[in-house]
Amino acid sequence: MENIRNEFPILNRPLADGTPLVYLDSASSAQKPRVVIDAIRECYETYYANAHRGVYQFGVQVDEALEGARERIARMIGAEHPEEVIFTSGTTMSINLVAQAWGRSRLSPDDELLVNEMEHHANLVPWQQLAIQTGAVLRHIPLTDDGRLDLERLDECLTPRTRLVAVTGMSNVLGTINPIERLVEAAREVGALVLVDGAQSVPHAAIDVSDPQIDFLAFSGHKLYGPSGVGVLYGRREWLEQMEPFLCGGNMISEVSLTESSWAELPAKFEAGTLPVAQAIALGTAVDFVVGLGFDEIGRIERALLDEAQQRLADIPDLVVHGPEVADKGAIVSFSDERVHPHDMAELLKRKGVAVRAGHHCTMPLHSRLGVLATTRASFAPYNDSSEIDVLVDAIQYARTILRRG
Amino acid sequence: MSDDLYDELILDHYESPYHRGQLELPSCTHTERNPLCGDRVQLQLQIDSEQRVQQAFFDGEGCAISQAAASILCEHIEGMTLKEIETFDAPAMLELLQVQLTAVRQRCGLLGFKALKTLVYSHDGASA
Repeated sequence: MENIRNEFPILNRPLADGTPLVYLDSASSAQKPRVVIDAIRECYETYYANAHRGVYQFGVQVDEALEGARERIARMIGAEHPEEVIFTSGTTMSINLVAQAWGRSRLSPDDELLVNEMEHHANLVPWQQLAIQTGAVLRHIPLTDDGRLDLERLDECLTPRTRLVAVTGMSNVLGTINPIERLVEAAREVGALVLVDGAQSVPHAAIDVSDPQIDFLAFSGHKLYGPSGVGVLYGRREWLEQMEPFLCGGNMISEVSLTESSWAELPAKFEAGTLPVAQAIALGTAVDFVVGLGFDEIGRIERALLDEAQQRLADIPDLVVHGPEVADKGAIVSFSDERVHPHDMAELLKRKGVAVRAGHHCTMPLHSRLGVLATTRASFAPYNDSSEIDVLVDAIQYARTILRRG
Repeated sequence: MSDDLYDELILDHYESPYHRGQLELPSCTHTERNPLCGDRVQLQLQIDSEQRVQQAFFDGEGCAISQAAASILCEHIEGMTLKEIETFDAPAMLELLQVQLTAVRQRCGLLGFKALKTLVYSHDGASA
């Protein structure tokens, strides 16, 4: 693809005051390529109907488009069977689904769940809740000072009682890429399942759920250049078949009487109610876009941006870049300035057209570990370029002149 | 009203706050947090027998707006009676800041004010 940026209409519109947009918040939500926007419009304008219900022409067309999207998503992540791909509302719902549908009827006070200090609240709070409901013990892997999982202490917290290890593929704050293969090996040895929160990692690097074999993978459409409101849970078929339903209602049943019901086959068993039809179809288009671009190319562009951003930010005095060295991380740079609070930083960067995120990024335990209340985060995607890092660095210097007068 | 968030008044109070710290014997203390960003403002009042604020001190951590607003608030309410503070409302607090805040940043600008309102409505009238 010659000019990736040109595929994204929003990136080529100046802001209301005429300033060019420097969008460095793709870790929060990625912008959408024209093909994804067109796919949604095409669905609504030419063949929209509810899914799995209509025998009329549009009903059939929607079903074909939806199942086609499912198959392409399955192929992208290396799932053996398309029905192992469940459409959800996003990563949060996907993880809650596993916590409740897998965990609630299986766990007892003798069991343990293993998380870690860097997890997003979406991969922490559902397990806390499951622990309260079942009496299971929630344990966590500590972090090293540079923001990696402290694997030297893995043996202390991964025990024969561990039933599931929930881990992010890539930290949404530090950018840390976690050693999934090593964790899967260790989990297998004690008979634990592994859930990977792929919200951040799936858009940036190729993943194959069969190597290393992971049990559950959760990710969102909107960070993968697709629409918001749709996401995916991949689950190994044998686990999904054994699990109870999560949400109950239409589409997920086989037979219903007034007093009891039986469940539909996969994937319908976990897709109660009306799906976000157009969004799911357009997520298939987003997958085509990403696969077409190629994960090698995505990685190459992002690696160059990360190297440069990390270096240039680290060179600014009194500015701390959190997380590991670039070799162990993806395209996220979170930083703290001694005298410019992240809120003020984001507000002042806004004046230069730079969109970043400030706050705790839904990782309060991690921020406690870092010893800061909040951080400023710049995150990169293949539509960014090196000139935007210049704007970022200048804007940071500008913020410092405003708030560091004395 | 300035449309520059980082107007002189805000920056002056951010850099050289009025009564930042702790009272030795406060009549009452309350801390408010903004759960979204973690900003924190603690407000301490010394109230005399006539129900008048003798001294107001704040402490905390957060952005320039939340910290400067708390400083401006302390300066403003010293000498006011609790009765007077009851009629001191949020628009009046925002007016004091002399800058136009977006809805998101109003939460920062009103953090100390929220602590004040909690203190005033829970204060039993007995001076320390």
